[in-house]
Amino acid sequence: MTTTGELTLKTEPFVLNIGPMHPSTHGVYRMRVTLDGEVVIDIEPIFGYLHRGIEKLAEERTYTGFIPLTDRLDYMSAMSNNLGYCLAVEKLAGIKVPERAEYLRVIIAELQRIANHCIAVGAMLNDAGAYFTPFLYLFREREKIYDLFEMLCGQRLTYNYMRIGGVSQDIPEEFLPALEKFNKKLHNVINEYEFFLKQNEVLLARAKGVGILPKETAINCGISGPVARASGIKWDLRKNDPYSIYDRFEFDIPTCETGDCYDRYRVRIEEMSQSLRIIEQAMKQVPDGPVKADVPHLIRPPAGDAYAHIEAPKGELGYYIVSDNSIAPYRCHVRPTSLINLTALREMVKGWKVADLIIIFGSIDITMGEVDR
Amino acid sequence: MKFERYGIGIIKGMAVTIRHLLRHPTVNQYPEQRLNISRRTRGNELIWSREKCTGCATCAKTCPQGAIEIVTATNAADNKYEVEKYRVDTGYCIQCGLCVEACPYDALFMGYSYERAKYRRGDLVQADDELLESPQRPASGYFHPDIAEKLPRQTLLVEKITEKRK
Amino acid sequence: MAIVNLAVNNPLPMQVVPPDWPGGYWWHWLFFTVVIIAFMLIMVMGAIYIERRGMGRMQSRLGPNRTGPFGLLQPVADAVKVLLKENIVPTSADKVIHWLAPVIAFAPVLMIFAVLPFQNGALLADLNIGILYVVAISSIATVGVFMAGWGSGNKYSLLGAMRNVAAVVSYEIPMVLSIIGVVLMAGSLSMNQIVVKQDIPFILLQPLGFFLFFIAACAEINRSPFDLMEADSELVAGFHTEYSGMKFAMFYLVEYAEAIAMSAIITTLFLSGWRGPWLPPWLWFILKTFVVFFVMVWTRTTLPRVRIDQLMALAWKFLFPLALINLFITAIQVLVWPDALPWILIIINIAVMAILIVLWSKFFKLGWGRIEV
Repeated sequence: MTTTGELTLKTEPFVLNIGPMHPSTHGVYRMRVTLDGEVVIDIEPIFGYLHRGIEKLAEERTYTGFIPLTDRLDYMSAMSNNLGYCLAVEKLAGIKVPERAEYLRVIIAELQRIANHCIAVGAMLNDAGAYFTPFLYLFREREKIYDLFEMLCGQRLTYNYMRIGGVSQDIPEEFLPALEKFNKKLHNVINEYEFFLKQNEVLLARAKGVGILPKETAINCGISGPVARASGIKWDLRKNDPYSIYDRFEFDIPTCETGDCYDRYRVRIEEMSQSLRIIEQAMKQVPDGPVKADVPHLIRPPAGDAYAHIEAPKGELGYYIVSDNSIAPYRCHVRPTSLINLTALREMVKGWKVADLIIIFGSIDITMGEVDR
Repeated sequence: MKFERYGIGIIKGMAVTIRHLLRHPTVNQYPEQRLNISRRTRGNELIWSREKCTGCATCAKTCPQGAIEIVTATNAADNKYEVEKYRVDTGYCIQCGLCVEACPYDALFMGYSYERAKYRRGDLVQADDELLESPQRPASGYFHPDIAEKLPRQTLLVEKITEKRK
Repeated sequence: MAIVNLAVNNPLPMQVVPPDWPGGYWWHWLFFTVVIIAFMLIMVMGAIYIERRGMGRMQSRLGPNRTGPFGLLQPVADAVKVLLKENIVPTSADKVIHWLAPVIAFAPVLMIFAVLPFQNGALLADLNIGILYVVAISSIATVGVFMAGWGSGNKYSLLGAMRNVAAVVSYEIPMVLSIIGVVLMAGSLSMNQIVVKQDIPFILLQPLGFFLFFIAACAEINRSPFDLMEADSELVAGFHTEYSGMKFAMFYLVEYAEAIAMSAIITTLFLSGWRGPWLPPWLWFILKTFVVFFVMVWTRTTLPRVRIDQLMALAWKFLFPLALINLFITAIQVLVWPDALPWILIIINIAVMAILIVLWSKFFKLGWGRIEV
């Protein structure tokens, strides 16, 4: 493998601007890439095109009124954002959540994980060039999950379903039978998808060995989520620091060795199967009871601060809330998973070609709503 | 980066695609066939009940956007405020439903419809009598289980589109 | 020259019918010119329709079905849309070359149809160097593409066009070598003669040749999985970025017309052209062309894109040696066993193809890895 300096032709690197509008589906992200021919030498990210000042707006909304705004952070997996925020406030105010609400939260969070991975895998393959076919196959499943969520709370993307102290309303009676049917079909769909793509030579040629993130770099950059697990770090908040009632369920954490794009794809597909397992266990054990603790709408937590983190589909999503005993938080900071995962992009991309840059960027799975907040 | 499996993966992929060709597509022809939306949908408009409203303005305080404006007068006949003006800016509303949840007198409902585009921005601000319930503006069952029971059942994708050709 | 005696079981081998049309040469020329232009346009519309509907059904959705009954007028709507658009020429473009490029890209494709036999003796010109003419003319279309890239005055178009030229030139060689295999079997370069000699379709006698020709043809016409240049290129839009209006329509037409032309050539060379029972021969020709085109659409739906260096590696390291070996084995068969029963040859050839593909794939390395910067 010759370095580019040994060629006899005089070349010089040039800067290419991969602008905020993308042909791929990842939102408004701008990169200035220094290229030498086709090889990427350096990359400078420029983001902030979707900044809406959500953390500042938190100081002007009440605690309950902020929940709809957390939906808009990582809009691909809105229920997880709601859950993280509610956990932070409950930790701060010392509220205990009833059992039925805990089980419902787990079922919904795992459904949301499946939905998010559907888009993540589909978008990565779309960037690789498979002309929307795998994307649409998985998007069908995400539509089914949308239907289930619409049955619960009335909306398909910005749910506003979790409340401080539980969930907002009880599930209708057709939810659990529909969820059963969905589970059975999802098994078949995942198997067919594996059959379709697991050994596809073109995908292996494009994604195997490409964009390797070594384990030490991942730990140093603070990467979490499927990206870290693909690099060999066996860390999942549901097992290492259990929140809610995750310690009652039995599931595995898929990890891979190398940390290339193909491993990240495999980790996500396996996580979908494991989430299905959790849902099946939880569905059998849902007790009766209230779905929300007796908490007023305008809640005034005692002064202090709290940090709560959850295993969102993209990684570790954390909320740090400082309160001064008024109806609005004094400060609310969101640990943006996608932004911290994005800081490793430069390490992963150096030395690869432009086409690989696009597929590596797709495999990290970021949502600009979370990066820019 | 070698060819693993000697081309079998590609053939498997092509088999899956060809099988999909023979299945029923997961498609709904929109203006002719409409699916039933959820009974608890948070549709695009807000429905207000003049009889039950007492002008307490809990909804206006709860709204994160401040889209509800209430003006009351103290013409206290049978212990209620007289509500002079109840104005909602549906363009500013994010359909979160916190107002419906907060109303202590069950006087607010979310709308059941979604085809409510207007031609002018000024038409999005609705006041008083435009907000009442009517057959053109049905109410949805969000936080109102009695209304939810009467609405038609939601069509679910897991049930509707079968994998066989009809 | 010895040819394989395919007629060993057939007591009355077919003869070539020389063209002796009433009215003489000029009426024959006029009639066929009109027929070819009409045929090509209608086949392109049919191809666009098949591609969009077929790809839609394979992705579990319908294709376009609103314009006309069953969406049959969609290509017409596309054409009208493109005609009504404004024709923009960039100021830094080379005007003459910018204007000429679509013409030079399109004319050779139309000329290919002059030697394709619709029926026994029904061609515009029964050249006795038929297939050599086709190979020569199809290379001129590449010049048109390169002119488009240069004349746009845009360095990204130039890069895209150069990639395209490199790919086309590399894939000419396996294509031509597989054609020579067929020519050896048939004993003549004339297309009509090749069809007449196919009592058994050459796809059975030359399976490796068919496989190589199909891949090389897909790469020549920039179809998936080799469509780096044309379809939603990740980064820059390729050589036809700066084109709009009718000139863009020309490039769009060239893409589909080349696909139809290659499908027609594959039918003539490998699937025994217009031969078949009951139906009129030109109908068989059209049906077989559409079947081959459908296989191209099928591969487009399924496979992701390959990278540029993987594309070149595939041509030079995989297809080229296999094409040479195929030629060598065919030559031996033709010289040594001209009177062998065809069935033995079929079995031997298919076995050889399977062994070669398996063996070569084991030892083949596709593309470079990471380059140290």
